[in-house]
Amino acid sequence: MLTMKDKIAQYVLLLGDNSMILGHRLSELCGHGPTLETDIALTNISLDLFGQVRNYFQYAAELMGEEKTEDDIAFLRYVHEYKNSLLVEQPNKDFAYTIGRQFFFDAFHQPLLEALTKSNDTQIAAIAVKSLKEVKYHLRFSSQWVKRLGGGTDISREKMQAAIDYLWPYSNEMMEVSPLEQEMLDFGIGADLEAVKAQFMVTMNEVLQEVNLTLPTVKWFQSGGKKGIHTEHMGFILSDLQYMQRAYPKMAW
Amino acid sequence: MLLNETTQHINELLRGVTDPEIPVLSIMDMGIVREVSVDEKDVLVKITPTYSGCPAMDMIATEIRFTLDQAGYNTKVKLILSPAWTTDWINENGRKELEKYGIAAPLSESADKRALLGEKRMVTCTNCGSTDTKMVSQFGSTACKALFQCNDCFEPFDYFKCLK
Repeated sequence: MLTMKDKIAQYVLLLGDNSMILGHRLSELCGHGPTLETDIALTNISLDLFGQVRNYFQYAAELMGEEKTEDDIAFLRYVHEYKNSLLVEQPNKDFAYTIGRQFFFDAFHQPLLEALTKSNDTQIAAIAVKSLKEVKYHLRFSSQWVKRLGGGTDISREKMQAAIDYLWPYSNEMMEVSPLEQEMLDFGIGADLEAVKAQFMVTMNEVLQEVNLTLPTVKWFQSGGKKGIHTEHMGFILSDLQYMQRAYPKMAW
Repeated sequence: MLLNETTQHINELLRGVTDPEIPVLSIMDMGIVREVSVDEKDVLVKITPTYSGCPAMDMIATEIRFTLDQAGYNTKVKLILSPAWTTDWINENGRKELEKYGIAAPLSESADKRALLGEKRMVTCTNCGSTDTKMVSQFGSTACKALFQCNDCFEPFDYFKCLK
């Protein structure tokens, strides 16, 4: 029987997991960005996200008790225990894909955090207030790049549209209301995902229409991450993330 | 020592703890130290992190513990998230030290937004004082900074982004 404390811990993990997996994907670009400026920008975003993850996981560790640490939570769970959405697992592929994934996430992340600043849970609200300041810069960055690529050359435009077409089916899951999230909303702890989705769509229309990029009509959106059912990418991601902690338990710098 | 003297002593010691990236800037001038409480030799220092992912924070916490423990105290450092740190908490001395070191101090929130969107003549060159400067990138050498270049003396310099 899950207590309220357990459920809040689960919700906090849900929030942290998106940032962690996306942060990890961005960290793969370190030294491999298309230009020095974008390399630094994307890894800075990754760093911001990991800072948020630490805040979430430290709080979750406190709630879970049992001597759990933020490192145990980050590195020692099994694949089905991670509740990130499928979008953030998608590979970097090319710069347009990286930007597309970032844009969809940021457009969701900003209104999510805005809602969470009003959470009845003071720690979640505090984390949200802090994170929101940084995520505003993230959304500005990714929106500007979507516009540059969409309104750029024929090739940049083609690649940006291709990335949007491919990633769009993954964009809805973040705003699907799971039973846990409904409960959190009822208690005034979690965000109203319907309101978040409305704001997400406003951003989509504003940014994409400016450069004549379109959203594909999709009959079915990908889903499963929130239930711990992940894409084929998750196995590879976790083997990178978990190798050291599993090979050298309790290792520290 | 009386409690007041102890707190003063500790504040002096903390004044000597600097930002690992900017060795002229004290954490006291950054507004990172929020509260110091003392009970005999036990000290609790509460600090707020600047950026969520700032890797310097762990270093700063370690420095605080080391500095105070060396002086004979038994120190604990606690990170508190709320109220969230803002660049408003950098005091006048902090801003001066930043500029001297070559980092342009943060502008007001609205000015910062315009500067980072490319509006001209917003940020002053820390080398020659010209306002004819351009933003090279919104992201600089660290999460808190953006990269600028002067069109007069051509020197690059960092700008500390407004966080509010």
